[in-house]
Amino acid sequence: MVPLMLPTSRERLVVVGNGMAGMRTVEELLKLDHARYKITVFGAEPHPNYDRIMLSSVLAGEKQVDDIVINPRAWYDDNGIVLRADDPVVAIDAKARTVTSRSGLTVSYDRLLIATGSRPIVPPIPGLNLPGVCAFRDIADVDTMISAAETYKRAVVIGGGLLGLEAAWGLKRRGMEVAVVHLMPTLMERQLDEAAGKLLQRDLTERGIAFFTDGQTEEVTGTDRVTGIKLADGREAPADLVVVAIGIRPDIALARAAGLEVNRGIVVGDNLATSDPDIFAVGECAEHRGAVVGLVAPIWDMAKVCAHRLAGGEDMIYAAQATATRLKITGIDVYSAGQLAAGEDEDEIVLRDARRRAYRKLVLRDGKVVGTVLYGDVTDGAWYFDLIRRKTDISDIADRMILGQSATTGGNGPAEVDIASMPDDMQICGCNGVCKGTIVDTIKAKGLDNYDAVKAHTKASASCGSCAPLVRQLLAATLGIEVSASPIPTACKCTDHTHEDVRAQIVKQKLKTQDAVRKAMAWKTVDGCASCRPALNFYLLCAWPGEYQDDSRSRFINERAHANIQKDGTYSVIPRMWGGTATAGELAAIANVARKYDVKEIKITGGQRLGIYGIKKPDLPAVWSELTDAGLVSGHAYAKGLRTVKTCVGLEWCRFGTQDSTSLGKQLERLTWGNWTPHKFKMGVSGCPRNCAEASIKDFGVVCVESGFDLLVGGNGGIELRGTDKLCHVATEAEVLEYCAAFMQLYREEARYLDRTAPWIERVGIAYVRSRIVDDAAGRKALHAKFLHAQSFLQDDPWAQRANQGIDATEFKPLAALV
Amino acid sequence: MPDRLNNVMTWVKVCHLTDILPLGARTIPARKGEIAVFRCGDDSVFAVLNRCPHKQGPLSEGIVHGHRVACPLHSWVIDLETGEAVAPDIGCTPKIPTKVEDGVVFLGVDDA
Ligand code: SRM
Ligand SMILES: Cc1cc2nc3c(=O)[nH]c(=O)nc-3n(C[C@H](O)[C@H](O)[C@H](O)COP(=O)(O)OP(=O)(O)OC[C@H]3O[C@@H](n4cnc5c(N)ncnc54)[C@H](O)[C@@H]3O)c2cc1C
Ligand code: SF4
Ligand code: FES
Repeated sequence: MVPLMLPTSRERLVVVGNGMAGMRTVEELLKLDHARYKITVFGAEPHPNYDRIMLSSVLAGEKQVDDIVINPRAWYDDNGIVLRADDPVVAIDAKARTVTSRSGLTVSYDRLLIATGSRPIVPPIPGLNLPGVCAFRDIADVDTMISAAETYKRAVVIGGGLLGLEAAWGLKRRGMEVAVVHLMPTLMERQLDEAAGKLLQRDLTERGIAFFTDGQTEEVTGTDRVTGIKLADGREAPADLVVVAIGIRPDIALARAAGLEVNRGIVVGDNLATSDPDIFAVGECAEHRGAVVGLVAPIWDMAKVCAHRLAGGEDMIYAAQATATRLKITGIDVYSAGQLAAGEDEDEIVLRDARRRAYRKLVLRDGKVVGTVLYGDVTDGAWYFDLIRRKTDISDIADRMILGQSATTGGNGPAEVDIASMPDDMQICGCNGVCKGTIVDTIKAKGLDNYDAVKAHTKASASCGSCAPLVRQLLAATLGIEVSASPIPTACKCTDHTHEDVRAQIVKQKLKTQDAVRKAMAWKTVDGCASCRPALNFYLLCAWPGEYQDDSRSRFINERAHANIQKDGTYSVIPRMWGGTATAGELAAIANVARKYDVKEIKITGGQRLGIYGIKKPDLPAVWSELTDAGLVSGHAYAKGLRTVKTCVGLEWCRFGTQDSTSLGKQLERLTWGNWTPHKFKMGVSGCPRNCAEASIKDFGVVCVESGFDLLVGGNGGIELRGTDKLCHVATEAEVLEYCAAFMQLYREEARYLDRTAPWIERVGIAYVRSRIVDDAAGRKALHAKFLHAQSFLQDDPWAQRANQGIDATEFKPLAALV
Repeated sequence: MPDRLNNVMTWVKVCHLTDILPLGARTIPARKGEIAVFRCGDDSVFAVLNRCPHKQGPLSEGIVHGHRVACPLHSWVIDLETGEAVAPDIGCTPKIPTKVEDGVVFLGVDDA
């Protein structure tokens, strides 16, 4: 037998649960005392420890599973930790001080840490065991959803809370039709008040998610796989995938069987020990003073305290703090903390800004903030949260504080966060509990100079990422770089100037080359970067038509090669087919080219024209030459410029047609082709309100009616669906052309590079656009004239130039082969 | 290249500096795959295998800035001095030694 007193005999720590709470505790413990324990970790999942929060981003396609691993297997090895993944503990023997795992392994412990988290609540309804039903808790669930989204179309999510909505959004992003069934009348009722819940529902509805509120699911239907759900009130929804996200329940089965005191969770004291002093519990499985948790911020506190105790410390205790919630759906900002609505002795202050779709509410009691709900603009969330946690007396500022920190403490507008005036112990990262002071000290001590390094060293913004802007601001402030804290983005990281600044100075100082701009505006790089060069090139082109020499090396490859690069490095060629029409000769030319160059595919694109795919770069000029001979010109399918004008058959053929939409579409295309714009620009002309050309999701749309033409602007059918705003009604085709050109010119002159018309109009408001294009006739005519002037230089077919005039010849020719 | 001491390397003339536009690139077919030769704003010349470490994007088609190029497919930025992807991305594309003499661009080619 081996003698008992080995010189290396260390205490044995066994951890049940390889999740966020368990491994954070181990990390904290290693920091305090690296050598005290020989650690064994059991995990039910076959993966190393990962960031569960980020499953939402994985589902939405923003991150890969590899990106969310917190501690890879090497970390366990490096720290001498034995990881038994995919081998759950099935029994704890508290008397013998052993645990036994599914594989039959029995391990003794001196201290045991239970961190089994929660399990999704499964409601007692029939059909939940059918294939195609899953929860939203772990990687396996996400895999189920992703593969369902690849094969199937319709998803129903049961549960309109945080998790359910993030699941719905992820599935929507993956192309499914999604409906959410929610038991209550408003969404996220535990985190949001009714007003914010309604705003949220409206915004998500606009993004194409359907809702069944007040809906109690009675049955999941199907025989071999789910086919749908039935609600108690008779409503039904078809579904190929059903995600159940109605809540979680602490996973206490093991602890209960081991005879530990349990209630809703495993009961722990302020020291996080269970009823057995050698067994600790942290995370969602633990119940402290009657409360269980479901967010990581309090879990990180538990981990610290528990690690301290495991390391032999005796003074730290865990005390629950207020928590704040944020929804992680890109582009939808919701924040809430503390109490959601005023009770008897409380007051509410509410601010609504319907145009900017913003809403904020503060709940006050005895001169203190006790709760906040923010929708749309959440920049002040951290400030309010800080006031709540500190119980600061705000009587002096109560009347102004709803406007935000800067408006209250004297900054220049409600949207700014005043980094300098934040106290050092103000919490910046709620998930990881990192304060301003810690971030600043770490930046100084370690000489950090970039955001990623700050994130790696402090863990600030390393979990849900929503505080990343604040962390960046702190970095800039600490390094003494001048940053405008305003939410207006700078043109790129080479400059601190905004797009608007840059555009204004180009005109004001008559800057006519990129070098001149970079010099006059103190650029930080000599030749800019891949973000600002294309922007500057466009701004100069727009400001100085005919004068500025377009810089091909500041254009993204598609615009430089006048063709779309494909994943295999070949190119597509898409000629213009005016208004979606073609002549026999044009079709023959396309067919000939396809034969001659052995193209892999001809496809009717989503823009009513033919695309020729798989052309090798050196062949492009020859292909163009043949197409040019048949009268075809570039379709600019690659351009931040005019793309297509979709039309319907209209008056000529259709029994409902009111005007000649095809001809009007062609006129619009002839007027605007060749134009460069901040982002791509698409049009549609429909012959009647049935709208077969989908004019209402175009940048500029026309719907013909008996009395003339309805003009629509700012639509987008892309990543974020947005219906158009109505600009106005006009009576004649000539007016349509004039308004269109004027609108395009306004967009060219005032939008930021890479803004489609939709986000631009969201920002400036349709009322502003109307004031420039509709109300101000002289202004409109001036814009129209400027547009025509620019077109006189731009309407020169780039394909013909390259095919027949030798422009950019070196672009398409490789050098001679190396021998 | 010090790390090539074991192999014999010869300098092969490939083109004139002016055959490459400033902030531009040209490609050369070669035995081991296509090579991309870049001319930066300061007229320094770099060559790497024309294959992005991410998903084999043709780096020659990217936007050149400083001594870097942004891949045309998914915008990874590759440092031309080392062939390494710039953080946070990780990867490397093989570098080929270059020199410019009297306006003529040479590549260093292994004789191995
Ligand atoms: C060829 C085509 C798909 C097809 O096979 O039908 C296509 C292909 C591409 N689209 Fe598209 N889009 C095509 C119609 C559309 C449409 C439908 C339409 O125009 O009616 C849309 C939605 C409508 C809209 O834009 O509002 C569309 C929304 C997008 C978006 C999202 C834009 C947005 O604002 O959210 C992108 C990404 C971008 O531009 O940044 C995109 C980007 C792309 C790119 C250019 C990706 C790229 O940068 O390389 C694709 C090139 C593929 C290739 O290998 O050549 N494509 N794309 C369609 C070309 C139409 C044409 O004849 O020019
Ligand atoms: C999709 C999603 C989004 C979220 N978003 C946020 C957010 O934005 N902000 C936020 O603060 N929180 C968020 N959360 C909640 C957060 O992830 C949890 O609060 C946190 O993960 C809980 O940590 P835990 O260690 O207690 O449980 P877990 O991380 O679940 O870890 C428990 C682990 O124990 C394992 N286990 C269970 N039983 C056994 C056994 N018998 N033997 C071995 N192993 C076992 C489980 O498999 C699991 O891996 C989100 C959760 C999800 C699912
Ligand atoms: S063509 Fe458009 S929708 Fe299709 S894969 Fe490419 S970008 Fe996506
Ligand atoms: S292939 Fe280069 S970034 Fe993806």
